[in-house]
Amino acid sequence: MEALIGSIVIFTLATFLGVELINRVPTTLHTPLMSGANAISGITIAGALIVAGGEHGWISTVLGFLAVVFAMINVVGGYAVTDRMLQMFKRKPEQK
Amino acid sequence: MSHTVTQLIYLVASVLFILGLKWLSSPATAVKGNRISGVGMLIAIVVTLLDQAIVTYQVIIAGLVVGSALGLWMAKAVKMTSMPQMVALLNGLGGGASLLVGGAEFLRSELVNEQLPLDTSITMQLSLLIGAVTLTGSLVAWAKLQEVMTGKPIIYPGQKALNALMFLAVVGLSVYQVSVPESLLWPFYAVLVISLLLGVTLVIPIGGADMPVVISLLNSYSGIAAAMTGFVIRNEVLIIAGALVGSSGIILSQIMCKAMNRSLANVLFGAFGATGGGSTKTAEGLTVRQTSADDAAVQLAYAKSVIVVPGYGLAVAQAQHIVREMADLIEKKGGEVKYAIHPVAGRMPGHMNVLLAEANVPYDKLFDMDQINAEFERTDVCLVIGANDVVNPASRTDPGSPIYGMPILNADKAHSIIVLKRGMGAGFAGIENELFYNPKTAMLFGDAKGSLQKVVTELKAL
Repeated sequence: MEALIGSIVIFTLATFLGVELINRVPTTLHTPLMSGANAISGITIAGALIVAGGEHGWISTVLGFLAVVFAMINVVGGYAVTDRMLQMFKRKPEQK
Repeated sequence: MSHTVTQLIYLVASVLFILGLKWLSSPATAVKGNRISGVGMLIAIVVTLLDQAIVTYQVIIAGLVVGSALGLWMAKAVKMTSMPQMVALLNGLGGGASLLVGGAEFLRSELVNEQLPLDTSITMQLSLLIGAVTLTGSLVAWAKLQEVMTGKPIIYPGQKALNALMFLAVVGLSVYQVSVPESLLWPFYAVLVISLLLGVTLVIPIGGADMPVVISLLNSYSGIAAAMTGFVIRNEVLIIAGALVGSSGIILSQIMCKAMNRSLANVLFGAFGATGGGSTKTAEGLTVRQTSADDAAVQLAYAKSVIVVPGYGLAVAQAQHIVREMADLIEKKGGEVKYAIHPVAGRMPGHMNVLLAEANVPYDKLFDMDQINAEFERTDVCLVIGANDVVNPASRTDPGSPIYGMPILNADKAHSIIVLKRGMGAGFAGIENELFYNPKTAMLFGDAKGSLQKVVTELKAL
């Protein structure tokens, strides 16, 4: 149970930190923020890899494989599309 | 690699995620921020691959390759107008991944007859529920945005009661699962099926116009699902990253709700737009003044200050580029052009800004509602392109209007207003817009892109 309390503490503090950070993001960047946050939530990949790589029966392996695919689309797709959008905001008007 | 070292490296990854979000606070540092966050993710993946629990790599490599290829293709192929769909889909996949990890962990424990500790058991049920709702809810949101299904709210008698019943069933089954010592398959499958269904039935009564809120909320859920998975597999980086994303989605949903002057509960359960507005005002006896592209061009050419109010109609007509061309011409003639962006101008938070940035409109010309609203009264021409409800003065004056109280852009305060519109159809909320009957307003009917093209041609000739 002690480990759980530790995790809850981390979760709570991280949530407050998140609120502070996100409130500073200007509205003009809210779409890239969402896709970027999406990429971060792809961190489930860490769990997916362990499930896919352990030998716990074929069902777990299939589920693990799908989890890796899903999470990886999230990670790669999220970061790549965010980068694509942010590049557009970087442009200066002179560089037409 | 020892557990301690792994944990420390995960901490580094978490710090990089936090730095990444911090640098997203300015367009100048945002690219760097996103990349540093990506580096954090790469570190987390590599260190996980070295974990002792991983004994076979074929499945992993196959998954990594397939997922990366699909992700990269999606990111390259997606049109900026379709960004809400893409984010909805990504949300769903994130939720799906959490669901799969939670489910696989459960099946493993069932297979080896392992007794899960109480806390793991509880968070596992939560990761199943949230992951499943995020998955199917996002797919419905995607379908509504992509218009493969109707954007109108789908309602049926007893809908809310049925949803509540399903939710209670999931809670009841979960409590049962947690209370018995062994892992039982039948409540697991029941929770799974009901949660997946719940995702669908929760989102179908929400109208297409409210999808921005739904996507933001599902964004939050995908983060919380990841955090719950973190609780299950005892991994701090999942908990931290999940919590960050969870708070981001909540904040964005709140911003969207505030911009529509509605509570989150009203958006989620109100079935807005299903019955049509209850406005008492009609357009009877009122007339609109029409203008031509030539006249509009003359007006714009001699304006000292112009504010463009873009709505989703502009994006649909793919007219962002031609707007910028027009703005350049006006500025060449000495006028100043600014863009007033209502928070719900696009189909997701900040969507309009991305669409305009794609058309090379510099971001320092884009202004939030609060920043620019005081400027309308000093503005010569306000050009409303494909926007409707966000400039409807009824929100200030007509308590009977469904949008009464919604913060709007004060387009009606400008010296003159030109409205580009297809026809006299009502907006999303299905209500008349007094602005169109204002004596200061001139209507330029037609497809936004075509009309602007004519204005640009005229401006060039002047």
